[in-house]
Amino acid sequence: MTSRLTAEDLKLGYGERVVSTRVSLEIPDGAFTAIVGPNACGKSTLLKAFVRLLTPTSGTVRLDGRDVGSHRPKQFARQVGFLPQGLIAPENITVRRLVARGRYPHQSLLGTGTAADEEAVRTAMAVAGVTELAERPVEELSGGQRQRVWIAMVLAQETPYLLLDEPTTFLDITHQYELLALFARLRDEGRTVVAVLHDINQACRFADHIVAMKAGRIVAQGAPKEVVDAELMEEVFGLPSLVMPNPATGTPMVVPTV
Amino acid sequence: MNGTLTLRAGPAVIHVERRTVVVSAALVVVAVVLALVALGRGQEWAGPGEVLAALAGYGDSAFVIRQWRLPRVVAALVFGAALGLAGAVFQNLTRNALGSPDVIGLDAGAYTGVLVAVTVLNGTAGQLAVGSVAGGLLAAVVIYLLSLDSGLSGMRLVVIGIAVNAMLTAVNSWIVLRAELDVAIAATGWNAGSLNGVDWSELRLPFAVLGGFVLLLMLISHAMHQAALGDEIAATSGVGLGRLRLLMVLAGVGCTATVTAVAGPIVFIALAAPQIGRRLARAGGVPLVPAALTGAVLLLAADLVAQLLLQPVALPVGVVTTAIGGCYLIWLLGMEVKRR
Repeated sequence: MTSRLTAEDLKLGYGERVVSTRVSLEIPDGAFTAIVGPNACGKSTLLKAFVRLLTPTSGTVRLDGRDVGSHRPKQFARQVGFLPQGLIAPENITVRRLVARGRYPHQSLLGTGTAADEEAVRTAMAVAGVTELAERPVEELSGGQRQRVWIAMVLAQETPYLLLDEPTTFLDITHQYELLALFARLRDEGRTVVAVLHDINQACRFADHIVAMKAGRIVAQGAPKEVVDAELMEEVFGLPSLVMPNPATGTPMVVPTV
Repeated sequence: MNGTLTLRAGPAVIHVERRTVVVSAALVVVAVVLALVALGRGQEWAGPGEVLAALAGYGDSAFVIRQWRLPRVVAALVFGAALGLAGAVFQNLTRNALGSPDVIGLDAGAYTGVLVAVTVLNGTAGQLAVGSVAGGLLAAVVIYLLSLDSGLSGMRLVVIGIAVNAMLTAVNSWIVLRAELDVAIAATGWNAGSLNGVDWSELRLPFAVLGGFVLLLMLISHAMHQAALGDEIAATSGVGLGRLRLLMVLAGVGCTATVTAVAGPIVFIALAAPQIGRRLARAGGVPLVPAALTGAVLLLAADLVAQLLLQPVALPVGVVTTAIGGCYLIWLLGMEVKRR
């Protein structure tokens, strides 16, 4: 397993408040990594450190062996795309215009782009399934459609790395599965996907690599079959469970017994 | 009237909102009409034909129109545009319609710098320009330090700015009271914000300085546009937010302070023009070009009103903008409170 994106001995926090200590993680290249854990365990904070939104109190996040903080903003943005939670689109913006904003790191200082931009926007909208919505104002769309538009925007950034903070939250179950299947497909095409997920069964079903966190620390990581068992569910979530093979896919399936 | 225009130059492609282009063209037409009226205004009104002939150098009124009226009209247009830009920059920065330099005390700070340059130094044009920009930046630093908890955005910064504005206004009054009589009289007229008696020789330096700041704004406008998506998306799509904000403060203060150095603090234009421009263009964020053009139109219109209202006495244009701006500010504060 190789890894271009790594974190070494991170201490993370906001001001005085420490969220995480001694976190080290190597994101496997070309794989779908799911970060799971209870609320407020430091999943989002860790993701923010990877995309330079949070500077570690100590320790280093590296891309290709270099501290992420030392990369130029646009150069880094051509490698790593990020989708945060709770996004609000500007007023009066159409889907196509919003998706086109993902091209920013590929454009000049004055905002001139090339024909490659239009092609990337078209492809991103097709992959995320929002082509028919292209000329609609974003504010008129449903929550699920809007989430797919934001995904299209990050896809238009055309980055080898995609980091997503709870991308499936607030979506209905059909859209959740569509999105997860999309991430798996992007992984198959060679991209590295990292997502914070809430549903452990979805994580087991779609991810290649599970990172389980609790109280700011990484408790276990590895392939779903190797790490997800009753013991882990008890330790991480405090939830007594049975873990059995999913009859459809053979991946671990968690059935809480409370 | 939705959709975009695509402009191509070789391999480079740039998209422009069609509605923004149409609105901008309409504002330019209004500005030209107002300029013709302002140039024709006098004891005997000159018609548009006579004004155009005079501009070309023909006719009896050529000297009056080109040397006396034209500087004032051009100053109103350029300064109005500069104030509109400054307002748009700070409203983008603070993400608040109230976060404009005249409301949060940057104009007052710039004016403090001007007063110091006049009373302590000997008040050359260069000293006024430097003093004004330095005063504005200093006020910006103070407001930033006092509102550190909330970063550079939010209502907190605006409220602190309003307090800083009140304090600086008091400081300005104190300086004027302590100054020599002739300086004090000049400063008081200035304090209201006035374009009375500007001529070409006074305008060269400020126009050159404003040109520099406008160039800076053009260089950062695409990044500002991207930053309207929110801090997180902006940063992870490649905007260097720290540097961008610094340059925005510099350009915004530069525009408003340069105007203050020549004409004194003219309020309301920076507050209202960007919002009017934004609504006309129906754009997300606060776009720069409609803000600049609306500012130019507003200041020229206000200056015309100031000259016509109590003829033959020419009011300082700042009196007119303050009167209109006060009403607008009350309405805006009402809306902000209701939203909460």
